[in-house]
Amino acid sequence: MSEAAAILELRDVHTHFPIYNAWGRRAGWLRAVDGLSVSIARGEILGIVGESGCGKTTIGKTIAGIHKPTAGSILFEGQDIGPLSPREGRDTRKRLQYCYQDPGASLDPHWRIGRSLAEPLLIHTDIPRSERRDRVREVLAAVGLPEGHLDLYPHEISGGQQRRVGLARILMVQPSTVVLDEPTSGLDVSVQAIVLRLFLDLRERFGLTYLFISHDLAVVRLMSQRIAVMYLGKIVELGATEQVFSAPRHPYTRSLLAAVPIAGGRRVTRDFVLEGEPPDPTNKPSGCAFRTRCPCAEARCATEEPPLRTLADGIQAACHFAG
Amino acid sequence: MHPDLLSVRNISVSFSTEGGTARVLDDVSLSLRRGEIMGLVGESGCGKTTLARTILGALPPNARTTGTAILFDGLDLLTIDPGDAADEIRGRAITFVPQDPFSAFNPLFTVGDQIFELLRWKSPDRRKFETGYSRARRRTDRERALTLLRRVQLPDPERMLRKYPHELSGGQRQRLMIAMALLPEPRLVIADEPTTALDVTIQAQILMLLRQLAVERGVSVLLTTHDLGTAWEICDRVTVMYAGQVMETAPIDAFFRAPAVPYTRLLLDSLPSGDAPLRGIPGDVPSLLAAPSACRFHPRCPWASDICRSTRPPVSACGPEHEVRCHHPLVTA
Repeated sequence: MSEAAAILELRDVHTHFPIYNAWGRRAGWLRAVDGLSVSIARGEILGIVGESGCGKTTIGKTIAGIHKPTAGSILFEGQDIGPLSPREGRDTRKRLQYCYQDPGASLDPHWRIGRSLAEPLLIHTDIPRSERRDRVREVLAAVGLPEGHLDLYPHEISGGQQRRVGLARILMVQPSTVVLDEPTSGLDVSVQAIVLRLFLDLRERFGLTYLFISHDLAVVRLMSQRIAVMYLGKIVELGATEQVFSAPRHPYTRSLLAAVPIAGGRRVTRDFVLEGEPPDPTNKPSGCAFRTRCPCAEARCATEEPPLRTLADGIQAACHFAG
Repeated sequence: MHPDLLSVRNISVSFSTEGGTARVLDDVSLSLRRGEIMGLVGESGCGKTTLARTILGALPPNARTTGTAILFDGLDLLTIDPGDAADEIRGRAITFVPQDPFSAFNPLFTVGDQIFELLRWKSPDRRKFETGYSRARRRTDRERALTLLRRVQLPDPERMLRKYPHELSGGQRQRLMIAMALLPEPRLVIADEPTTALDVTIQAQILMLLRQLAVERGVSVLLTTHDLGTAWEICDRVTVMYAGQVMETAPIDAFFRAPAVPYTRLLLDSLPSGDAPLRGIPGDVPSLLAAPSACRFHPRCPWASDICRSTRPPVSACGPEHEVRCHHPLVTA
């Protein structure tokens, strides 16, 4: 992919959080995102997967400006948005929106849906009231909700519908890129399928680019063209989704894929091997972070950190032995 | 000895709430054999947790249970003396693994304290109405606990007993919960979404452990889950519920190969898989305060006809051990 086509580009982004001890002294750093570089092309869906604590939500929030990057740059439409103050960033935020894990919980329970939907327009634009109302109706129809919902309160609609409202709220300001953070967590599968289809429809219709963050590999596989697998703040494997799923190169990706139960398919609990749990991100192992659980770790892995390197077929993997 | 360890017969449970009466379980029947792992599958609000709590006798006070019987080893849990149930059944013959290992422990006591508090009352060696905790019993209980902690692959069990819950990871806490559920040597373990709060790699480890332990100890497990993949991994049979009604009961292979009820078929089609087009079920799970008549799935069912709105379908067989409650089964015997 050429540089010019990239709508969002991360260059060696670090987001670290200080940890304080009981006396208020800084006791160390939690390196939630630890040197992450990736670029997303216009119109693409990039999936980010990983287990809890791998930093996938932190990277999403860093891109959205909720956390400030400790180091590195985030180029959005050619502009470095990392160091912008909230006020300066407001224009960018209009184009780059963040969709919370549970949009239902981010709706004000005292506000009718219509008011919640109109709010982004009040903040970001100065269009007159009548146009605002038209725009709200238009977007509400686009996410497949009846107009009557404008007068309802969030608790009066179902979880799936709340997600639609959350999504509609983001679409109000006509973004080009949306960070979707676990957009289907907590949804029943029958509803999840419909919400996922809506994401795809809306992307077509509004020409959106998605950063799709999820722990659910099956969902990411279905949605994204490329996928980045994270482990302890770093990308360990990056490549075209089908390639990564059919022939994963990094041992972590292999274990992760092997752990996903496939209803009606192979049973993973018959032959699953990965032992142990991810280490504490405040106290990472030296060298390769995955070596403590890796079935093919050698002495070299403890001293030398494997860089993310491009393999023959275009997949990138951070492992000494990937090839 | 009857082959069924547990037999739930025509049980209905209603909750009286400010908004009216919600019939959360509607004429539910279910049986569980000895040594079997049964999956209770359904989406949120289908009543699977309520059924688990009904069996345990742990429903909130605004609940009303009606129906024929809940037979556990020949004992009717509906009519049993509440004192006996508390002493002999709950936490002893039937134990429970909760969904969230994070809130199941008291943060102020060490793990060891909590295990021995449990064993003081629920140890298999405890005699009826014994209130003390003799040194001899404490010693054997300690050995028993350490052996089991080792069995669930917790590192350094001796030290583990002195730790506080916050010092353990989610996976370790869930291993501990499973160990604690097995310590009283129960005949039935009810596991309510035991891996929902865990990552996939940890989930695979825990499911594997649960199955191994159940098989080696001959314990029956009733596992509630919303995740069909989890059910597929470890269950022998599954029961599918929708909005408080049982839709289908089938051996695990038949269930995934030939789902017989429209709801089940649509549910399986909703799972994101390799390259199949994504399908969901239009509409939402109904409110139980105003549940649809007869078969509660009829408003969302493409096969629904007039009879589905007027009459509740009876139980019919559509294969070996494969029972459905549907007027229009997709598979017939």
